[in-house]
Amino acid sequence: MARTMYDKIWDAHMVDVQDDGTCLLYIDRHLVHEVTSPQAFEGLRMSGRKVRAPEKTLAVADHNVPTEGRANGIADEESRIQVETLEKNAKDFGVEYLEMLDIRQGVVHIVGPEQGFTLPGTTIVCGDSHTSTHGAFGALAHGIGTSEVEHVLATQTLIQSKAKNMKIEVTGALPDHVTAKDIILAVIGEIGTAGGTGYVMEYTGEAIQALSMEGRMTVCNMSIEGGARAGLIAPDEKTFEYLKGRPRSPQGADWDAAVAYWKTLPTDEGAHFDKVVTLDASNLPPTLTWGTSPENVVSIEGSVPDPSKIEDAAKRTAVERSLAYMGLEANTKMTDIKIDRAFIGSCTNGRIEDIREVARVAKGKKVASTVSAMVVPGSGLVKEQAEQEGLDKILIEAGFDWREPGCSMCLAMNADKLAEGERCASTSNRNFEGRQGRGGRTHLVSPEMAAAAAIAGHFVDVRKV
Amino acid sequence: MDKFKKVDGVAAPLPILNVDTDMIIPKQFLKTIKRTGLGKNLFDEMRFTKEGAEIPDFVLNKPQYRNAEILVAGDNFGCGSSREHAPWAIADFGIKVIISTSFADIFYNNCFKNGILPIKLSQSDVDKLMDDAERGANATVSVDLEAQEIKGPDGGTISFDIDPFRKHCLLEGLDDVGLTLQKEEKITSFEKTRASEQPWL
Repeated sequence: MARTMYDKIWDAHMVDVQDDGTCLLYIDRHLVHEVTSPQAFEGLRMSGRKVRAPEKTLAVADHNVPTEGRANGIADEESRIQVETLEKNAKDFGVEYLEMLDIRQGVVHIVGPEQGFTLPGTTIVCGDSHTSTHGAFGALAHGIGTSEVEHVLATQTLIQSKAKNMKIEVTGALPDHVTAKDIILAVIGEIGTAGGTGYVMEYTGEAIQALSMEGRMTVCNMSIEGGARAGLIAPDEKTFEYLKGRPRSPQGADWDAAVAYWKTLPTDEGAHFDKVVTLDASNLPPTLTWGTSPENVVSIEGSVPDPSKIEDAAKRTAVERSLAYMGLEANTKMTDIKIDRAFIGSCTNGRIEDIREVARVAKGKKVASTVSAMVVPGSGLVKEQAEQEGLDKILIEAGFDWREPGCSMCLAMNADKLAEGERCASTSNRNFEGRQGRGGRTHLVSPEMAAAAAIAGHFVDVRKV
Repeated sequence: MDKFKKVDGVAAPLPILNVDTDMIIPKQFLKTIKRTGLGKNLFDEMRFTKEGAEIPDFVLNKPQYRNAEILVAGDNFGCGSSREHAPWAIADFGIKVIISTSFADIFYNNCFKNGILPIKLSQSDVDKLMDDAERGANATVSVDLEAQEIKGPDGGTISFDIDPFRKHCLLEGLDDVGLTLQKEEKITSFEKTRASEQPWL
């Protein structure tokens, strides 16, 4: 029977099926960070259990780490304790830990692929919802809670029920200056933040195939904002080229055997999808959010919605609440909205390609005097490569802050946060109330759009810059 | 985990769509290395001013809802991050049942690991219970997991669906890790096959 890629990976990881259909799924790769793991390790200690497969587990601190002056350690005591706890747990349980000053340190979802820890056809979990990022390699990857982190540490398996299959087909070629970020924002706008609940989403079509691995990661990263725990993209030559020679990628004969296996993963012709969504990339404008949910998207040519025109009472109330929080008037043109801050980084858009695009837009220009803009590379290796390419100089010259790697202001657990009422053009993934700091106002955008807004002082259509 | 018992309690109405995990427990409280004590920060930025004073309008600050054990909420409750701090905070506050039309997957799953029962109902049933909840302490709601039934203050009964394995684990307060370790032989055998077929992993 014709199977989807999700079906194939699922079947290949089945350890046990109970009579009631509940499955025990084997987990090949487990990424661990400091925020969602301390209670899991504590649980192991209390029950006298060990980590079953330390070699399949990789730990790195990213959420709490400072993005400047890190040679001096972490000033915030709670953050410091959390990072130290991860280091101690990793040591006690024999798990590899990339410490804060290691060049390989970075946002966990950028580190995994860079190290070749992320491989096609594997199951990957992490106590972090943006684990969906790794689906860009054709891996079944999703976020789990801390109880499940403990379960995977102890058993290398997860109790799961199978999700349904959804296909998101993105046809046509993307116009210039319209990016992977615009694709995924448009998809979420189309299906809503609960549209993918209960599904694994596979992205296909010309526009997806044409994306770089970085772009594919951006798309899969935000699957969770569309409600799907996991996103998938079929591995191809680009995937293999990206992985070849990475520290943890297979080598020699293993590499050839692995590639042969990976080529069997793509969805079979005629496989059944429970839901299909189609989007034409060739007409896609630069897209951004106006509200406090990732589904609140609008074209850069559009305006803030008018709640008085919404019939459904619950939806109208939600829009009114969003606009009040965001400090926006109905019908304001998006290009008339001024910003105070720009944040470029995160597991969504903190990779080398993103920083290249920002540098290209910023070259020879200056950040507006009313805006404070920061660029936070996704990892030490991204930072190093950007510096080798001279991108840091271009950005610093243009007035951007050039920081050390980490999650930073995507969720503002470290010192990087918005003040009350500040408005930010952000390349991150969530615009929830308070996400980037209490009272902070987030508009999700592509790296190019964030850079262009930082320079203009307000949102602009990056196609016209 | 404690066994899930029948709940007879006050239901608090939270008629907001897409209540996200940042609302449930803001990130500044994720720095803890413990599971306990998060109830005081549940819905922190909706419940307290920046200075820490209670916001009287927020439902859980109203006298009749302070001891609520049931939450009735809008669509897509718990969307956002995987933070289990969200159900930890909810359980620590004393809420044992959440009723909505839909839940985000990861949050839904996390509830069962912490003795919380999330119940999915139709829009009309949620609307009915939301109305009941608006009546405050005068309107207690009863949730019977064993019978899969909710009884409103006026005696009407609503039944709900739940995965049988999850129901069993909640009712018995079972530890997942312990259950899975009983399948140790199957896991080891799977690992052996895998190591020979995909030696690169």
